[in-house]
Amino acid sequence: MSHEAVLHGDAHGHDDHGHHEHHDTFLTKYVFSQDHKMIAKQFLITGMVWAVLGGLMSVLFRLQLGYPDSTFPFLEDLLGKWGKGGRITPEAYYALVTTHGTVLVFFVLTAGLSGTFANFLIPLQVGARDMASPFMNMLSYWFFFAASIVMLSSMFVETGPFSGGWTAYPPLSALGDASPGSKTGMDLWLVSMALFVVSSLLGGLNYIATILNMRTKGMSMTRLPLTIWALFFTAVLGVLSFPVLFSGFILLIFDRNFGTSFYLSDIFVNGVGALPNEGGSAILYQHLFWFLGHPEVYIILLPAMGMVSEILSINSRKPIFGYMAMIGSLFAIAILAFLVWAHHMFVTGLNPFLGSVFVLLTLLIAVPSAIKVFNWLTTLWRGNIRFTPAMLFAIGFVSLFISGGLTGIWLGNSALDIHLHDTYFVIAHFHIVMGVASMFGMFAGIYHWFPKMYGKQLNNTLGYIHFWVTIAGAYLIFWPMHYEGLAGMPRRYYDFSIWESFKQFGELNKFISLVSMIVFMVQLLFLFNFFYSIFKGRKLTKQNPWDATTLEWTAPINPGHGNWVGEIPEVHRWPYDYGKDGVDFIAQTTPVGADESQH
Amino acid sequence: MTMFLTIAVVVLIFVVIFQIAKASEYVSVLKGEEVSRKQNNKINGLLMVVFLVLGLVGVWYCNELLYDKTLLVQDAASVEGARVDSMLWVTLAVTGIVFIATQVILFVFAYKYQEDTNRKVVFFAHSTKLELIWTVIPAIALTVLVVIGLRNWFLFTGEPPKNAMVVEVTGKQFGWIYRYPGKDGSFGKKYYKNIDNASNTLGLLWDDELAQDDIVMEQTVYLIKGKPVKLILGSRDVIHDVGLSHFRLKMDAVPGIPTTMWFTPKYTTKEMKELTGNPNFVYEISCDQMCGNGHYSMKGVIEVVDQEEFDAIMAKQKPYYYSAFPEKDPSAAPADTTVVAAVVK
Repeated sequence: MSHEAVLHGDAHGHDDHGHHEHHDTFLTKYVFSQDHKMIAKQFLITGMVWAVLGGLMSVLFRLQLGYPDSTFPFLEDLLGKWGKGGRITPEAYYALVTTHGTVLVFFVLTAGLSGTFANFLIPLQVGARDMASPFMNMLSYWFFFAASIVMLSSMFVETGPFSGGWTAYPPLSALGDASPGSKTGMDLWLVSMALFVVSSLLGGLNYIATILNMRTKGMSMTRLPLTIWALFFTAVLGVLSFPVLFSGFILLIFDRNFGTSFYLSDIFVNGVGALPNEGGSAILYQHLFWFLGHPEVYIILLPAMGMVSEILSINSRKPIFGYMAMIGSLFAIAILAFLVWAHHMFVTGLNPFLGSVFVLLTLLIAVPSAIKVFNWLTTLWRGNIRFTPAMLFAIGFVSLFISGGLTGIWLGNSALDIHLHDTYFVIAHFHIVMGVASMFGMFAGIYHWFPKMYGKQLNNTLGYIHFWVTIAGAYLIFWPMHYEGLAGMPRRYYDFSIWESFKQFGELNKFISLVSMIVFMVQLLFLFNFFYSIFKGRKLTKQNPWDATTLEWTAPINPGHGNWVGEIPEVHRWPYDYGKDGVDFIAQTTPVGADESQH
Repeated sequence: MTMFLTIAVVVLIFVVIFQIAKASEYVSVLKGEEVSRKQNNKINGLLMVVFLVLGLVGVWYCNELLYDKTLLVQDAASVEGARVDSMLWVTLAVTGIVFIATQVILFVFAYKYQEDTNRKVVFFAHSTKLELIWTVIPAIALTVLVVIGLRNWFLFTGEPPKNAMVVEVTGKQFGWIYRYPGKDGSFGKKYYKNIDNASNTLGLLWDDELAQDDIVMEQTVYLIKGKPVKLILGSRDVIHDVGLSHFRLKMDAVPGIPTTMWFTPKYTTKEMKELTGNPNFVYEISCDQMCGNGHYSMKGVIEVVDQEEFDAIMAKQKPYYYSAFPEKDPSAAPADTTVVAAVVK
């Protein structure tokens, strides 16, 4: 509790003297900062670096998938022995696929998304000077940074980075003799992920504590913006499920290094012989992994949903439709997220009765998801829509969430999954619903809150180009993959040429690879816009550029550590009074008038 | 050189786009932010419908191009697979309707309700009736799908018919080993520490008499048209997966934990060659679980034949026991069979 006391001391300091930035050195302001806004930017920019690396990896392995017969001399220059003769080797291909998955799921869409927006928005939107524990918050970033460094270093070891898929199923991940990537590369992967789990927990506890304890006067739970509700459930999911993943990793570390047999049994490795391990269960790991793995999908998706709800409402100039139903459906999704993990395991030989329970619970998630979609659509209905780049990405999110969500109904039904499992259909499904959709949520968030983060404006034209190319590209890349899946084409294949059943898609694969390169280039355009605008963007002149009701826009254009000069504003109403009684918007800080209508 | 040119062209395009974007910013300042914002709004509103129309045409066109390359054009090659296909069509119908309806609503609303200074926004925050409607209708639709799905699921994962033949399939990095129980109809015991790549790839216990007539094959496994087959799956090293796309089924092969699957082949390989019009058609077993660097080449072949052909093929097979102990093969060394039996005991 001492941190809290320190913080309050700080806060009063603000009230008395205004700013205290002059106390900050470069190191405490930009590096070991305890200001939630700076930590948010650190998460964002580290996440962006990983997004570029992860995206580049996908471009490289798409090169192999699209042009399996061609050679590209630059690959040898770039990758050395991994690109021998200008062609990516299978080892390198699998390492790229694995790292792409790990990095995008955890480093970009978990740390980059939650880390950025939970840190940035929670104190600003609930009306707090900073997080409950700014120090823990700083640690959270630095654990993530350490995880990043270790993951990066795994790419430079002799035997290569881990290459057994981001899910890291043992025995493959446990046996260095079964795959070179499972040697040192896997040790580093596990260390990196362990550090990452610590980072997530430190962050998550902080987010929960801040939302529950540090709301400003008048900010009851049902006056919170939906972003905060979404980030709250995200944090709860993370705090309850990451430890389970951690335990799974600990057992894996034991199996790898200390001769235990948690996951290993009856194994004969070519070139080595029979292993002594008996009595373990390879499936146990999958339960532990997916007990996080499925909530993880919602850890990625919920923040995007929250921000999209907010942005749709603001730019429709209308209240979000069904505020309580939106919270209820978030809650339902969060609960169900813990009860569906085995739908990733329908074909592991799971007890059929258990499987049937998971089918029921899985398809049940479609109900709260449907509520959310229909509520978003109704929010647009008879609104007065402003197409800011953020709004475009929010609309894109809804479109992608529908497209990808519906194929979840196919895969969640075990009898169909038994046909489609681990095919390109699955790739199409989760990339659309979780990957691209959440990325759209993240873009929406960045475009929307960039002015608050940097006091500058992004270039709108570049934003529009970014959006239209990206949404068209995302559909062009992933939509046809459904058809590959319906042909039974398996995931994680380096080359399809020997397969009579799957080799008919050569032209299509070329096309997909080409589009993915273009889409990647356009993301660079966005990055350029982002960094250029930080330094050279037009200065923000309006304190509340989007005419929004929430608290962050009552803070100064470039808020210092402590966010508000003087008292923290008091809240008198919910955050969605748009178009009420013919008034465009009424800020949360405006007291309720005597003649105001009830809603 | 081409590399350099490509980079130069890309950079050039970047610069051009950036200059245009920058110029548009200046223009908006000159014209007045509000005016240019409204113009942009109109353009983006229009693009919403354009995107919807192009998207729907694209969905149709994609289907035209790719439908013939999927399994949807072929009859499922197993009796059970036909149920998967019919379930797939029902699910497609339900989700397809929702997909088109919601996407059309989304983009049409975006277009129709774009900013217009004359429009008065409706303060519409809540409607219990509407929310109940879109809770209950999806719930009913999903219940139907769950019921269909679970009936199939319990059939697929339930006990196979009594007359089913049994074949054991074992995955290894990177290939498949098949075992038939031989004349006695029962598999002999095995233990992984007995595995020896030269003469005992499955680690059979030769002391077990049931093991002595087991037949072991690699590359191709033979199944009988119209006869249900139960596959007992296992793995020697890491997790593999027996993916049978033509039969519409798959199941993991896990070291230490046997799993099973069953189905009834409907067409012989020859018949499928005619049905698909592809003279090279084979039923392929694809490994569908990431198993190492050779994952993509872990292919097995199933040949479905009719009963007579199957009997003829099996008659030519020798028990695996004799390849481990060639001296005990009665056909190789025409010794007294009673001696062999005595030695075995």
